[in-house]
Amino acid sequence: MERIPILKMGEFLLVTIQVDMHDQLAMTLQDDITSRISTTEARGLLLDISSVEIVDSFIGRMLVNISMMARILGAETVVVGMRPAVAITLVELGLSLPGVRTALDVDKGMAALRASLSL
Amino acid sequence: MPANQTLIEIISKDQASLIAEWVKTQQSSFSQQGLISQDELQKQCSQFIHLLLAAPLNTRFDTGSQHWADLRDFLTEISASRGQQGFTPTETALFVFSLKAPLFNRLRSAAGKDADALATSVLEASNLLDDLGLFTTNSYQKTREEVIRRQQQDLLELSTPVVKLWDGILALPLVGTLDSARTQVVMESLLQKIVDTGSDVAIIDITGVPTVDTLVAQHLLKTITAARLMGADCIISGVRPQIAQTIVHLGVNLGEVSTKANLADAFRLALERTKQTGFGKKA
Repeated sequence: MERIPILKMGEFLLVTIQVDMHDQLAMTLQDDITSRISTTEARGLLLDISSVEIVDSFIGRMLVNISMMARILGAETVVVGMRPAVAITLVELGLSLPGVRTALDVDKGMAALRASLSL
Repeated sequence: MPANQTLIEIISKDQASLIAEWVKTQQSSFSQQGLISQDELQKQCSQFIHLLLAAPLNTRFDTGSQHWADLRDFLTEISASRGQQGFTPTETALFVFSLKAPLFNRLRSAAGKDADALATSVLEASNLLDDLGLFTTNSYQKTREEVIRRQQQDLLELSTPVVKLWDGILALPLVGTLDSARTQVVMESLLQKIVDTGSDVAIIDITGVPTVDTLVAQHLLKTITAARLMGADCIISGVRPQIAQTIVHLGVNLGEVSTKANLADAFRLALERTKQTGFGKKA
């Protein structure tokens, strides 16, 4: 079964989603991320969705859920690199992803995480 | 077709006087003088007669037929030029319709006492001129619509510039009312510019937006939410006192969006957020 790799970079986890998400993959990713956060004691999570072209309401909700779960486990989440078309679709669907932090690219997301954790 | 035969004969017999009379009728009907010179009108009229005689008068005028193509092109050209010269639709249609009076006079004198023949020939001629006149009006309308469509397009493109103010700071000066179609264009161009320049802050300046009702506010919030999803912050600037009052009275909740009264304040806030100092700013 295909899995999305989760990379550990110091205190942070970096997840780059490069395939179009389907529901099963999203559920697996959710499990993997939560278990990795607890085993590595990561303090930040970067979700790079710059290669994702299609996001539906389920994936949108999943992003919110992952971010909330990570916060409960003690890690800040930043969703980075959302494409304009994806942003417009989510807004049209009425999803504003409340509580999810965003950044333009991985660099800026990393800087935001560092700033908020005052590293 | 004997009736049409008489028509052709009558038109070709004394073209010069027919044209002269026609030109006179037209000029007396124009509300505004000086839109077109007598020479030009004379030229257009004689060309019309020339083309009319060349057309197959024994068939009905047909917008699709090949035989009528020359006359059709000529009328399209006339109506287009009239539209540009500032003639009213009535005056443009009159170009063809005013030929009726002089032509019918001649038909009457040709028919003499024969009432039947006169009725037939007048009907034939009237049908022909009506068709031509309607065609002229149609193409006049089409020309105007074309102009309107082009202007709308221009307006849409002109009214949504996204400018880079500083490193990582964009400004979007909005002018005019925001409707759904414009919001879409504004949103797309803003988001694309955010990606292109990698900007963190976008200032939406609504100084040029005349009114902000619930719908406009909703459109603004949509744009801001989309920008936030991509990781860029938005600041609304140029909120006039009346607009601030309207927003509160309507109960519109702008949420956590920062708003400033003018662009300068918004720019200062943007510089603080991106932790930069402008040249003019004291340390």
